[in-house]
Amino acid sequence: MLEAAGSGHSAGPLGLADIFAALYFDILSIRPEEPEWPERDLLFLSNGHCVPVQYAAMAEAGYFSKTELTTLRKFGSRLQGHPEREKLPGLENTSGPLGSGLSQAAGYAYTLRYIDEAPRRFVYVVMGDGELNEGNIWEAAMFAGKYKLSQLVAFIDRNNIQIDGTTEDVMPLEDLKGKWESFGWHVLEIDGHNIESIIDATSQARAITNRPTVVIAHTIPGKGVDFMEYNYKWHGIPPNAEQAKEALEDLRTLGGKITHEGAGL
Amino acid sequence: MYPLNPLLYNKDVEKEPIRAGFGRGLKAAGEKNEAVVALCADLTESTQMHLFRDAFPKRFVELGIAEQNLVTVASGMARAGKIPFTSSYAAFSPGRNWEQIKTTTALNNQPVKIVGSHAGVSVGPDGATHQMLEDIALMRVMPNMVVVAPGDSIEAEKATLALAENGKPSYLRLAREKSPVFSTEDSPFELGKAYVLKEGHDVSLFGTGTLTYHLLIAAKILEAKGIHAEVVHVPTIKPLDYATLLTSARKTGRVVTAEEAQAAGGFGSAVTEFLSSVLPMPVKRVGIEDRYGESGTPEELLDYFGFSGDKLATTVQTFINEMPQYHR
Repeated sequence: MLEAAGSGHSAGPLGLADIFAALYFDILSIRPEEPEWPERDLLFLSNGHCVPVQYAAMAEAGYFSKTELTTLRKFGSRLQGHPEREKLPGLENTSGPLGSGLSQAAGYAYTLRYIDEAPRRFVYVVMGDGELNEGNIWEAAMFAGKYKLSQLVAFIDRNNIQIDGTTEDVMPLEDLKGKWESFGWHVLEIDGHNIESIIDATSQARAITNRPTVVIAHTIPGKGVDFMEYNYKWHGIPPNAEQAKEALEDLRTLGGKITHEGAGL
Repeated sequence: MYPLNPLLYNKDVEKEPIRAGFGRGLKAAGEKNEAVVALCADLTESTQMHLFRDAFPKRFVELGIAEQNLVTVASGMARAGKIPFTSSYAAFSPGRNWEQIKTTTALNNQPVKIVGSHAGVSVGPDGATHQMLEDIALMRVMPNMVVVAPGDSIEAEKATLALAENGKPSYLRLAREKSPVFSTEDSPFELGKAYVLKEGHDVSLFGTGTLTYHLLIAAKILEAKGIHAEVVHVPTIKPLDYATLLTSARKTGRVVTAEEAQAAGGFGSAVTEFLSSVLPMPVKRVGIEDRYGESGTPEELLDYFGFSGDKLATTVQTFINEMPQYHR
């Protein structure tokens, strides 16, 4: 997708692949054939630049054909460089400028709890760690804490990188757990590449009825592609043809560990 | 003919803050439609949202002093099928949260209503930091956004009810001070419509917000001097009522616009952009000339910046002395 697009973000979406797989194929109560199903769970994407992984998960789930994935970022495509709700059924929000997804998710969760009184629906939001620099995030954190929005489950993609370097060099976030706890949130820390941990964390979040939950998911930027992993320089660029071939081989063979018919294709 | 308040030209004409009309309108909208919800950033009584809060406590959300959160939480509530009205001072919303409004409500096309109270220099003693003058320009350049500046409290009530039903992201501009009521309960209001309040053939005076009243006073002064000005009230700045404005401009051949905001980029600019492409003619834009406001009483400031009836009459007279009537 990214190679065909010729621009876009590589590391973040790869690091979020396991979380999006868990969301779309286990956690979310959704109907891809009926995107506006009134009883659905919601997924807001706050760090819009990671949308390639969401598009991939949506195509796999059946929202649209996988052949459309290569139109990413191309003129006339529904798959805009940053997600636009009105362009593609199944998206819940429009995002790109960072820091505003949590509050939109909180607004939805507030409505479910206090106005519609629909306690069995849940609102999930995926945020980056770099975007926690934004003030709007902490306004939303205070808001969700005050109103005990227990149907709100936030994921922080704790991959430790942002454009100018590591998060702790650019603008330190730690003590991250302590920060969220002091805002009235239930905080879980997990391995963001362990599918069972991701699913367990959301089960626990749904069982807590007096606080919102934030899942600090430790991830590896560029996960699965040897030359991208841990390297902040891959935050905002796509692979070229040769790099893309190597990256897909890495992903399909688990770095050369799997050899079977079809692996490496 | 548009029914004007018969006491319009009396010294003791009834005055009421525009925001009071908004407060009544929002409560009425809430009674009419259960989907209407209200969000405020620690200015509930100032913006007159307390009427709604007291009537529908369950549908009122207090956000604290957090304008970025105000509109983005509202965007999320709109996704959940609600019609959110957000209120703060215009200096803060849309002053501080313009990008959030653009991305999460305008581009996202959600029917969030941004209500900016205390706009213009007539906020008075609070001074330049609280006198929002750039809001019309900032909001009208956003695709999808509707921009409304009601002329008085009666019209503000009608505009609020209309915005609750228009299904679009919208900006409602309100003022703090008591202002003269020139319309009546029977006066028409429709989003996207401009109204001829007084007919004339020498010059067109296009006003938005509370300045329409002052244009009416100016027109009366000019009438006594034998100048027949046409006064058109334009409460909806976007979309503009091109047909009504064009008819008036074609009749008079010269136009003066007035707004309590920056003269650059605002209502007058919208009129000029339109006329320049279909019927080019001289347009005098009365507004704040590329500077900030300052502390003072509302009356002092309105007079200083040339918005009083007397000052407007002088401006119009100078303008028509210099400019021929085009296309006549």
